[in-house]
Amino acid sequence: MKFETPATSNPIDQLKVIGKPADRVDGPLKTTGRAPYAYERHDVVSNPAYGYIVGSAIAKGRIGGIDSAAAKAAPGVRAIVTADNAGKLGKGERNAAKLLGGPEIEHYHQAIALVVADTFEQARAAAELLRVDYVKADGAAFDLAAVKDTGQPKPLFGGPADTARGDFSGAFAAAPVRFDATYTTPDQAHAMMEPHASIAVWNGDKLTLWTSNQMIDWGVGDVAKTLGIPKENVRLVSSFIGGGFGGKLFLRSDALLAALGARAVGRPVKVALQRPLMFNNTTHRPATIQRIRIGADRDGRITAIGHEEWCGNLPGGRPEGAVSQTRLLYAGANRMTATRLAALDLAEGNAMRAPGEASGMMALEIAIDEMAEKLGIDPIEFRIRNDTQIDPERPDRPFSQRQLTECFRTGAERFGWSKRDPQPGRARDGRWKIGIGTAAAFRNNLLVKSAARVRLDGNGMVTVETDMTDIGTGSYTIIAQTAAEMMGVPLEKVVVRLGDSSFPVSSGSGGQFGGNNSTAGVYAACVKLREAIAQKVGFNSAEAEFADGEVRAGNRRVPLAQAAADGALTAEDGIEYGDLDKKYQQSTFGAHFVEVGVDVATAEIRVRRMLAVCAAGRILNPKTARSQIIGAMTMGVGAALMEEMVVDKRAGFFVNHDLAGYEVPVHADIPHQDMIFLDETDPISSPMKAKGVAELGICGVAAAVANAVYNATGVRVRDYPITLDKLLEQMPDVG
Amino acid sequence: MQGPSDFELSRRKLLLGTAASVAFSAASAEARAQTPVVPAQAAVPGIATMKVSFNVNGAPREIALDMRTTLLDALREHLHLTGTKKGCDHGQCGACTVIAGGRRINSCMTLAVMHEGDSITTIEGLGTPENMHPMQAAFVKHDGFQCGYCTPGQICSAVAVLDEIKAGIPSHVTADLDAAPQLTNAELRERMSGNICRCGAYSNIAEAITEVAGRPT
Repeated sequence: MKFETPATSNPIDQLKVIGKPADRVDGPLKTTGRAPYAYERHDVVSNPAYGYIVGSAIAKGRIGGIDSAAAKAAPGVRAIVTADNAGKLGKGERNAAKLLGGPEIEHYHQAIALVVADTFEQARAAAELLRVDYVKADGAAFDLAAVKDTGQPKPLFGGPADTARGDFSGAFAAAPVRFDATYTTPDQAHAMMEPHASIAVWNGDKLTLWTSNQMIDWGVGDVAKTLGIPKENVRLVSSFIGGGFGGKLFLRSDALLAALGARAVGRPVKVALQRPLMFNNTTHRPATIQRIRIGADRDGRITAIGHEEWCGNLPGGRPEGAVSQTRLLYAGANRMTATRLAALDLAEGNAMRAPGEASGMMALEIAIDEMAEKLGIDPIEFRIRNDTQIDPERPDRPFSQRQLTECFRTGAERFGWSKRDPQPGRARDGRWKIGIGTAAAFRNNLLVKSAARVRLDGNGMVTVETDMTDIGTGSYTIIAQTAAEMMGVPLEKVVVRLGDSSFPVSSGSGGQFGGNNSTAGVYAACVKLREAIAQKVGFNSAEAEFADGEVRAGNRRVPLAQAAADGALTAEDGIEYGDLDKKYQQSTFGAHFVEVGVDVATAEIRVRRMLAVCAAGRILNPKTARSQIIGAMTMGVGAALMEEMVVDKRAGFFVNHDLAGYEVPVHADIPHQDMIFLDETDPISSPMKAKGVAELGICGVAAAVANAVYNATGVRVRDYPITLDKLLEQMPDVG
Repeated sequence: MQGPSDFELSRRKLLLGTAASVAFSAASAEARAQTPVVPAQAAVPGIATMKVSFNVNGAPREIALDMRTTLLDALREHLHLTGTKKGCDHGQCGACTVIAGGRRINSCMTLAVMHEGDSITTIEGLGTPENMHPMQAAFVKHDGFQCGYCTPGQICSAVAVLDEIKAGIPSHVTADLDAAPQLTNAELRERMSGNICRCGAYSNIAEAITEVAGRPT
C-alpha cells in the first residue's frame, strides 16, 4: 500500500481497540519469567557450548601474537576463535570497526578472541589464560576537546554538515540582545539490562542466530556480509529483547563470534557479551561540544540563531547530529548550523535514544532559558513568542501538526508554573533550595516502509507475522490492537509473532519510527485480508464491515471463522510512503517540567516532581505510550545528573565500564512521574494517524532539570552531568 | 586475576573433587529416582563437581555442579529456569534477584553449592501466566515493566521488601530504628534501589508495589 495523500476516515478511527489502555499482551509472560530472551532458548537448542569474549587491552595498535597454548589445554576448551583462524571476514555496512579485531586493533575492548568450552565456567577460566602481546600505536586521539579543531564537515542523518538561511553573522552582530555560550555533553552508554547475547546454530551452510537485535533485516544483511555468505542462508530470531535504546540496532560481536564459534566446534554456541565489556566494545552516544548563539530584539523575537557541534568518532563513524532540532524548533530569519567530526580512537559512537536531538536539546534548551533570562522574559513566554508553524528554513513546508504552545500552556497550569520564583536561589523548603525548570521536547517523526503477513484461520484467530521487534516499546500489544481493530475481533483473538527474519520485513525498532510504521504495515496487510475475506464470502469488499467477529454487508453477516472454514486466508502487504514527509515537516512536540531540591549544605540534587505534556499524533495505547515517555524522562534524569562515561585520555577507554561505575537512575532517584498526551491525530503521517513517542520523551528532560537546578541555586552548569561538585564552589552562602 | 601457577595449584584440587563427586553420585542413585537430577557436568573430566540439593519453587532438586557455578547459572543453565536474569553477573543490577531462605539475594553473587538444603523461590515459583502472583498481576496492570528483563528481579525484590517491612527490618532511610518501618515512598524507593530498570518503569513499579501492599497511592 502506497501512502501518498493524507489519510481520510478508515477502520482504525473506530477506536474500539486502538487508543485503549490495554495491558501488554506479553505481560503475563514477562512478569512470570516465561518470555524467552536470546540466551535462554533451551526450547530450541540443546547441548550448546559456551563462548567467552576476550577484549583488547589496548585502544589502538596491533596484536603481536597470542599464546593460547595454556587456554587450549584447559579443561573443556573446544576452540579459540581469533582473527588468525576465523577465515576471511568482511565488515557489516553499519559497523565502523571490525567486530573481531586483530592483528589491527581499532578500539579498547574490541573483541579479539572467543574461547569456546563445554561450560561457561570453563570458557571463562580459559579466557584468563590467553597471553596477548600488544604493540601500541603512536598518535592515538582520545580527547575530544584537544582534537575538535581538526574536525571536518560531516553530513548528519537527513541533512548536510552546514546549513544556512539569511545572514546569520550580520543579524547576530546587529541584534540588540545577544547570547553566546558553549556546552558539553559526555559519552553515554545505553546500558540496557539484557547484554548483547546470541545462540548460533549451523545446519550445513545455513546459520540460525537467536539474538537480541532491534533491526532484524539489517542484522541478517550484516551477518551475511561479514561472513561472506548469501543473505538467504541467515536467519535471525529476536522474539524478546531486553532493551536496546539503539545499542542493538546493529550486528555486534556476540552474534558474529557465536556464529564463528559454532562453525569451529560443529555445535551450537551461546555467547553473552560480558557486562564489563559492553561499554567499550559496543557503540555509545558520543560526547559533543556545542556552541549556541542567539540574537533577539528587545521584545524577545529571535532574529539570529546558530548552533555548532564538534564531535569525534572512529573512521567511518558519524557525528551525533546535535544541531538538527535547531533547524526546526524556533523561528528566526537568520540561521546557521555546522557540524564538525574529528577522528577519535574510542569505541564507535552511534545512535542512542533520540540520536542528535537528545544531545542537542540538552544544550539548546539551556541556552533558550539563559536567553529568556537575559531578555527578562518568562522562559515559556519566550518559547511561545518564537513558535513557528512552518519549517523556518523552508517556509513552503508547514508542520503537519505542531502543538508546542499548547503543551507549554497545559503543562504550566498543571505543574503550577505561576508559583515559580523567577529569581534564582530564593525558594526554600527546609534544608532544600527549590527550583522549577522547563524545556521543550522535540523529535522528528520518521517514515520507514514496513510489511506484515496476516492470517485468518478456521477458529477465527488472526495471526500477525512481521519481523518487527518489541524492545519494551509495546509492539506486540499495539500490533495486536491494530489487527483486532481492522478485523473486528477482540484482542484475545489475535496472535502476534515478531522478530523472525522469515517474516515480512518491517521498519524495525529505532528512531521512534517503530510504532507508527509497523502498525501501518499491519494495517495494509489487514486491508488486503479484509478484501480476501469479503471476496471469499461473496461480499463487495468496499461495503464489507468487520465487527464482533463477523464480516457484514447490508443485512448479511458471516462469522469470520466460517470464511476460513475450508482453509486459512493469508494476506501480505506493507506500507510505503510518497512525499508527504517532504511536503510537510513531521515532528513530535512536548514540554517538560521539573522541580528539584538542592541541599543547601551538600548541593545534593534531588528530583521532586516531573511532568511531561506531549503531542505526538494518535496515541495507539495510552498505557504503553505513557510508559515510553516516563521511561525516557527517567533516562533524561540520568543524562542530567549522573551519566558520563569517563575517558582515560592516556590509555583511551571508558573507565567506568560497568553498572556500578556508570550510574543510571535507580528507584530512589525518580519520584512519581506525571504525563499528559494532548488530543491529536495526524492524518499526514500514516493511516494510523500516529507518530513516534519513544524518543520524544527524553528530548529536553536534561535541560529542564538543568534549568530547575539553576532556578534553585543561581548556579548555571553548562557541562553535563550536573554533579554537586560543579555547584558547591559557586553555591551562595548557606543560610 | 588467575596466573598460570594458581591454575596448576587448583588443578590438583579439581581432580580430587571429581573423583569424590562421582562416588557420591553413585551412592545417591536411589534418591535420584525420586528427585530430578541434572547430571550436566558430572562426566566432564578435569572439573571439580559437587552435588548440591536444594528446594526450588517447592520441588527438591539435586544437581552435580562445577563448584564455580553461581546459583544464577545453576538456575538458568542447569535447571532451565531462565526467568531469573543475568544482567551484569557482578551484583550491580539486581536482575538475578531470587528469594533464598526467605531473603532476597543476588543469585549471581553466590555459588550454587553454598545453598545446600536451602529453599529458593524464583519468579517461576511465584506464579504462572495463567495464575499470577498478586505482585505479578499488579506489574501487568500498572505497566511496571517495558523490556521485561529486570522484571523478574524487581518482582522478587518487591515481594521480599514487603516481608522485610512486615518483619520490622530497617533500611538506610528509616528515621526511627525503634519504630516499625512503614511503606512510605522513601522506604519503598530506597529498598528497591538495588534493582535497576533502564527502561525507567520506576514510577509504575512503585504504584504496583503500593497497590499490593494495600496502601492507597
